[in-house]
Amino acid sequence: MKMSQSQQQPALSKCPGCEEPPAAGDLFCGACGYDLSAVPARPDDRPTVAITVPPAAPEAPAAPPARAAEAVRWPAAPETDSSDVPAPVHRPSDLPGTDSGGRPLAEQEREQAQQREQAQEPGVAAERGAPVGPGPGAEPVGGPEPSAAAVRHDDRAAPAAAEHPGDFALAAPDPRTAEHSAAPAAPAAPPAGGQVCVACRSGRVDPDGYCENCGHAQPRERDHMEQELDAVAAVSDRGLRHHRNEDSFAVSSTALPDGSPAVVAIVCDGVSSASRPDEASAAAANAANESLLDSLARGTHPQQAMHEAIVAASEAVNALAQEPAGAMEHDAHRHQNAPACTLVGAVMAGELLIVGWVGDSRVYWVPQDRTQPTARLTEDDSWAAQMVAAGLMNEAEAYADERAHAITGWLGADAYELEPHTAAFKPDRPGLVVVCTDGLWNYAESAEEMAAAVPADAQEHPLRGAQVLVGHALDGGGHDNVTVALLPFAVRSQGAGSGCETV
Amino acid sequence: MANFSKSHVPQFSVEVYQNAFLPEGGREVNAIVTVTSTGGGTTGGIPLADAAPSSAPGAGQGPGAAVVLMVDCSGSMDYPPTKMRNARDATAAAIDTLREGTRFAVVAGTHVAKDVYPGNGRLAVAGAQTKAQAKEALRKLSAGGGTAIGTWLRLADRLLNSAEVSIRHGILLTDGRNEHESPEDLRAALDSCAGRFTCDARGVGTDWEVKEVTGIAAALLGTADIVADPSGLAADFTRMMENAMGKEVADVALRLWTPVGVEIRFVKQVAPTVADLTARRTEANARAGDYPTGSWGDESRDYHVCVVVPEAGIGQEMLAARVSLILPDPSGAGTPQTLSQGLVRAVWTDDMVASTSINPQVAHYTGQAELAQVIQQGLDARKSGDFDGATAKLGRAVQLASASGNQDTAKLLSKVVDVVDAATGTVRLKAKVAEADEMTLETRSTKTVRVKK
Repeated sequence: MKMSQSQQQPALSKCPGCEEPPAAGDLFCGACGYDLSAVPARPDDRPTVAITVPPAAPEAPAAPPARAAEAVRWPAAPETDSSDVPAPVHRPSDLPGTDSGGRPLAEQEREQAQQREQAQEPGVAAERGAPVGPGPGAEPVGGPEPSAAAVRHDDRAAPAAAEHPGDFALAAPDPRTAEHSAAPAAPAAPPAGGQVCVACRSGRVDPDGYCENCGHAQPRERDHMEQELDAVAAVSDRGLRHHRNEDSFAVSSTALPDGSPAVVAIVCDGVSSASRPDEASAAAANAANESLLDSLARGTHPQQAMHEAIVAASEAVNALAQEPAGAMEHDAHRHQNAPACTLVGAVMAGELLIVGWVGDSRVYWVPQDRTQPTARLTEDDSWAAQMVAAGLMNEAEAYADERAHAITGWLGADAYELEPHTAAFKPDRPGLVVVCTDGLWNYAESAEEMAAAVPADAQEHPLRGAQVLVGHALDGGGHDNVTVALLPFAVRSQGAGSGCETV
Repeated sequence: MANFSKSHVPQFSVEVYQNAFLPEGGREVNAIVTVTSTGGGTTGGIPLADAAPSSAPGAGQGPGAAVVLMVDCSGSMDYPPTKMRNARDATAAAIDTLREGTRFAVVAGTHVAKDVYPGNGRLAVAGAQTKAQAKEALRKLSAGGGTAIGTWLRLADRLLNSAEVSIRHGILLTDGRNEHESPEDLRAALDSCAGRFTCDARGVGTDWEVKEVTGIAAALLGTADIVADPSGLAADFTRMMENAMGKEVADVALRLWTPVGVEIRFVKQVAPTVADLTARRTEANARAGDYPTGSWGDESRDYHVCVVVPEAGIGQEMLAARVSLILPDPSGAGTPQTLSQGLVRAVWTDDMVASTSINPQVAHYTGQAELAQVIQQGLDARKSGDFDGATAKLGRAVQLASASGNQDTAKLLSKVVDVVDAATGTVRLKAKVAEADEMTLETRSTKTVRVKK
């Protein structure tokens, strides 16, 4: 659940100084005189390999198919790429991943993690060959926990949650507790027609989901959802302060044409200032998942498949805007905006890890060996990230601002322009891919904090790990809906023993 | 002109306008419920899927209706003599507007009531011949005697309930105060008639009591108005009768279900006029009560529901009320039919922007209800000689009418006060106010305008 500045287009439509909308072509804000020319319309040099990275970036000859992503209008399954080079079906192993500079990942796998941490200086990050500590976020991971993490990571609560998987303590008395403990490994049972109210325990539940005695809304299926597959697990929770869960996720696995497995996780966060955010997130997650399953099985390169999936998700959310709202309910606070949501996804295919996103939901990389560097793999489409990227504020100032979480990119009919970001990685060691909404990362913002929140055995027990992470957010206050998917990444090529890393 | 070939009862829709979000500790939930009935006739008649009452007499030919016209024949109707003549003409015009087949009667009201047509406690069936006979009977009406409106209503009730019809309606015309019976007698008559038929009331001239006429209309769920100039009667009677002939379904009730611990602060009709229904509740079951809304044609009305819910934590959601339109089972035994329903919700949030915004519909009608109230209070203060109080109240009324775009009420107010500045509500009482203007303002003070969408 998040707020979007729906009237704010990605190109600053508000003066950063006073929030007045500038007139077209203004160089200075008419209200406060802020120098608008100092504000780039949008940081277009991204730290990660975005599909729309400017052509000026050096093209790596080794990876033409990935660069073919520059063609903005992607055909469903191109026979040739934009330079008429036959671009037949690729298996992920045929392709080296690329870094943010378009160079093969093999050259700098070790630096990969640190580079992600330098997201605030995107243009520079690509040029760096060695880790440079730009700030506290890139301090060595093996060292003591950052103090912020120590505050948020409740020593008492997290181990307790690990000891009692699936029954993490909620910070406040909550009628949904019963649901949590009763069905830890399955979506909470929907209230049946004849069910007794969880709030007053005396009334029966009406077909519209409210108690016929005390009127309280009943737990809905989406209030708490869990799903576990062989190589991925996800948990989503309403949190403690919102009346419904507007997050959604989809996890799945499929086989590539060569028979090797591919694992997909999609996480979406509905924009609560728009109408029907819960429907938007569900539609987006499902559409992206379906699209990925379809194109991966056909042999589409996973990065292109991710791009297509985001476009498919966007179309699914756009389609919602044409449907009339179901209920005869007029809520002036919400009803004027088209349904919208964020999307973040991860695909593990062979040696490749592909991430894609629009909005401020994130992917983190937490290596199994915690002495190794950990990293954030995505760059938010948010006001704060934009301010930092534009050099107008430092990270601390930007995130302290009340507009910090206003997103500048989202899926939905009123989105200014869809800019799907994708990036490819080729991890050289086993680790955990954490795909989550801001309901979690608000309580573990830096990569180090996130790594500290992930239990040590999450690689082997991803569902339990996801439950612990959701518990971490709830212990921190659970102010937002919380959704996290964990994908344990195993490396096959590092000797015979590594195969057993696969969960 | 109404379409008299309607063949279906209307389809009801309920829309709820509210801000469901409450801050921590917030308890009061306000909602505007818009009820619209369509499809009955002029809108083309899409049949109701399941709402056609099986018992509607003559289904397919429109509901059966009965109308009784009550005409004041007290002695004062002869001063001036044009009043009686205009009343006769108006009644004749109303009779001409009757739909063929409608049952009707004419009652001459004085200190006693007499059914002058067709007589003998019966109702006539409207047709060319009966209409002509009724108009012939009107010519014999003469003024003389007192005024005891309660007796007129009781006779109308007996006549209307002698027929098997679904719509029962009265039209009452008076020119004077109800002097020949006690206010308690009138009250008792209204109580016994309430829910049995609906009635529009009109005061002609300026010698009648506004609160008596508006009280009759409110109790019997009809309209009240002033016809200061008797020559306007015929047009007004025709309009009233057309309106009555447009009614498709009677005895519709607004049912309000509330959960345990929820207190109902008020239920008001707020459009087209303000009418407080809070005290009109009849318990339907342990959690629900019914508020009468009378009979409906193709029309739309707004209701303001205000309830107080028990506190709940941030992130909690509850149903604060369920509003439904119900039609009682005609036999009185079965379960009532639910025509449509809407939900009033309460959601506690720590988002201050969400919880502090006021729904525009709620704000608008809160202002319209206050407008009606301050006009009433201002005129009362003026009558009792409290000119400072009257100036303050009527100034506030000018401000509210101006801000909400209630042009009609603003125009009426300007005949009672001199407006110095409408935006701030600065006014001066007019030294000389025509009685008709003051009575018109008082009678029409409850008329509201709808929110601009």
